Amino acid sequence: MTAAANLLTITAVLAGAFFFLAGTVGLLRFPDTLTRLHALTKADNLGLGLVVLGLLPRTGSVVAGFKLILVWLLVLLASSAVSQLIARNARRSPP
Amino acid sequence: MSIATHISLALLLLGLAFWTIVVRDTFSAVAGFIPYGLLLTSAWLALAAIDVALTEAAIGAGLTGALLIAAASRLHKTEIAARAEQRGTITRILAAILATTMTAAIMACILRLPDRAPTLAPTVARHLAQTGVGNPITAVLLSFRAMDTLLEAIVLLVGLIAIWSLAPDRAWGGRPGQAQTEDPKGPLAYLARVLPPIGIVIAIYIFWVGADHPGGKFQGATILAAMWLLVMMSGLSDAPAIDRGWLRFLLIVGPAAFIAVGFLGVVVAGAFLSYPTGFAKLLIVLIEAALLPSLAVTLALLLAGPPRRPGRRA
Repeated sequence: MTAAANLLTITAVLAGAFFFLAGTVGLLRFPDTLTRLHALTKADNLGLGLVVLGLLPRTGSVVAGFKLILVWLLVLLASSAVSQLIARNARRSPP
Repeated sequence: MSIATHISLALLLLGLAFWTIVVRDTFSAVAGFIPYGLLLTSAWLALAAIDVALTEAAIGAGLTGALLIAAASRLHKTEIAARAEQRGTITRILAAILATTMTAAIMACILRLPDRAPTLAPTVARHLAQTGVGNPITAVLLSFRAMDTLLEAIVLLVGLIAIWSLAPDRAWGGRPGQAQTEDPKGPLAYLARVLPPIGIVIAIYIFWVGADHPGGKFQGATILAAMWLLVMMSGLSDAPAIDRGWLRFLLIVGPAAFIAVGFLGVVVAGAFLSYPTGFAKLLIVLIEAALLPSLAVTLALLLAGPPRRPGRRA
């Protein structure tokens, strides 16, 4: 049981870290604002979700687990709204 | 955290601080300052100072960052002209010498600190039970050093008065900032409808656990202020005119309650801001509860800026 939980933690956190890395590379390499936003939001949301998933077996209490999930949901909400706003401003004022 | 994490955190902090200073563009400097505050939050977490980390994230990175972004976008028009001004070589050399000497002096002071820094922590820990609160930070802020916290709350109020005094005569008593023309069905309005209920619960939770765990009125008030600002920015509810009675009342209720409890201490316990035995926790919670709305309104209005348009529709 512990081994399975550890395996889940290692796999999920590593996968999350990979998505963060991919998102960062996309942010640095993509040519314009919209594609950079695309890289950043997709990768960060999924990356953070996987890190949270990996940390869930380590929380020790159900409440702490729910707090982690709440953090992820709040980040999803905020980052999607913010990237909509950035994208709209970028479309209105082309560089 | 391992030593490698600590070292990379310190290097990142130093690098970002350096970049924030040397970059010429004001907006880029601000854009460097905000992640700097968030990294500093991680540094405080690494030092197990969770209260400080919460405050740094809320006030240092969040609130100050937002203030600086507003300032930078306002300076944008005049910035190119200001950058064209070049000081003479002698002035620049003198400034460099002064700054370097200052840094060297501070470094020398820190290196000469005694190995075991003088600390009052054991004394605080010994007398913690008398205050009735479980979080030593709250005990220090509201019992042992209550005077500092009182002055801090008053300083914020004075800061707000200073901002208001920048108002042009015709707008005095009016509403701060520009009228918002945000799309009422857009993403910002959606966020401003969904987020505040969650934010208010979290703010009150952080305020309430502050007695025994990391948290407290300042962090809670910052979240409340952020929620209110979100509603104002999305255009769902206009910023209030600054001559409203309820607004003025909310601004002063916290410091006024604090001062009243202070004078109560003179009568009952023999010194300003000393709490009568057995009532310490009750009075501390009372002061914090009165400070929460005051701080939230003050912080939100600090960001909203000076009044710029008449409050009542003509």
